Amino acid sequence: MTSAFVSAQSLDEALSALAGGARPVAGGTDLVVGARQGKNPLPESIVAIHRVEELRGLATSNGRLRLGALVTHQEIATHPAVRERLTALADASAIVGSHATRAQGTVGGNVMNASPAMELGGPLMVFGAEATLRSASAERRVPLTELLTGPGATSAAEDELLTAVEIPLPPDGSGSCYARLEYRRQMEIAVVGATAAVTLAGGTVEQARLAITALAPTIRLVPEAEEALVGSDAGAEAVQAAARAAARAAEPISDVRASADYRRAMAEVLARRVLTAAVARARGEATAIPASSALFGAAS
Amino acid sequence: MKIPVTLNVNGIAYELELAPSTTLLSAVRDAVGLTGAKEGCDDSECGACMMLLDGKPVNACSYLAAQADGREVTTVEGLADGGSLAPLQRAFLEHGGVQCGFCTPGMLISATALLEASPSPSEDEVRIALSGNLCRCTGYDGIVKAVLEVSRAGT
Repeated sequence: MTSAFVSAQSLDEALSALAGGARPVAGGTDLVVGARQGKNPLPESIVAIHRVEELRGLATSNGRLRLGALVTHQEIATHPAVRERLTALADASAIVGSHATRAQGTVGGNVMNASPAMELGGPLMVFGAEATLRSASAERRVPLTELLTGPGATSAAEDELLTAVEIPLPPDGSGSCYARLEYRRQMEIAVVGATAAVTLAGGTVEQARLAITALAPTIRLVPEAEEALVGSDAGAEAVQAAARAAARAAEPISDVRASADYRRAMAEVLARRVLTAAVARARGEATAIPASSALFGAAS
Repeated sequence: MKIPVTLNVNGIAYELELAPSTTLLSAVRDAVGLTGAKEGCDDSECGACMMLLDGKPVNACSYLAAQADGREVTTVEGLADGGSLAPLQRAFLEHGGVQCGFCTPGMLISATALLEASPSPSEDEVRIALSGNLCRCTGYDGIVKAVLEVSRAGT
């Protein structure tokens, strides 16, 4: 039963509440839902952070995009620089929950809830995002790959608040894509998901990243897929080799949504589709955002 | 423990004393007394509880009322202009977009938010936007036609 509630007016006030044992709430789309489902009761002490100005703001400067922790999925999905340069992130934000979830849910909540099926994790990982964590006494930066440690678990301390996520903008000639397998168009989470980011130079793959979603205890990168692609012409053979690597890297579970065998088989399919779409985008071909709708059920 | 919360619902300020864990849905239904928004799944799946918070859609079953303190809440009761139904409400009636009626308040709020963000959506966009609102009567066809008619009428 929640016995203490404070609505922080500043970052300092929020951090001092965390130091006193309070847990943060922003859009409530995970914390309150989890409590209503009976998974986790609401915390004893809550600090609402939705009024904290320092946690807002979506802007690019010095070749980096900074997302304040309170930036909503709706803001991300509709932002021109995200759609143009970090397209996979727009793909992902555009399919979180429903438009109500996207209007209230935040990047900070999505990351710190640390679901292995979170939509934003794959794109943030392939783009090399770093989270800024602040406590009342210190600030540090942690790559997403080190922040996410297990289902619902992060390397952040209890008194640390994710204040922002920063992403280096990819060079020209880059393209990216996130897609998920889904049973429903909205209020859905990934059954299996994959994210690809590639950079082409003169038709050759210069850089490649592939991440898998809902296929392991955390979202994870697949280095073997990257090796299969770099230096190739991004043709069907290299894409297929990378997709097979994604399936090998998967350690899925069986649950009510899908069996482990099905998830592993679909890992290859999703990886192939997002790689193909990322390469097409890197070549300047216009494709719909979110990619998931276009790729859903598509033959390939 | 109770905390003071002021909710501005459909333009009227209500000064309430609420437990911090009270959801916005529960505050509006039980403390304010407006029962248009419904509790369906209580789990943010069905959209029956949808309201607008500062003009943006929210599943009110999954939002703390204390976080809505001082902000503008719009429920289905606030859509009509006095005794005159809003265009979406009239279109729902004309197209038979109402069967049992349980999903209707959420559908109307969801469609209001959609048309605010995207005044001329395609049929596919309407269907996707409303797919966070479940109608167990499966009366989607009339609902979608109603939303499309209002969007065309407005352009």
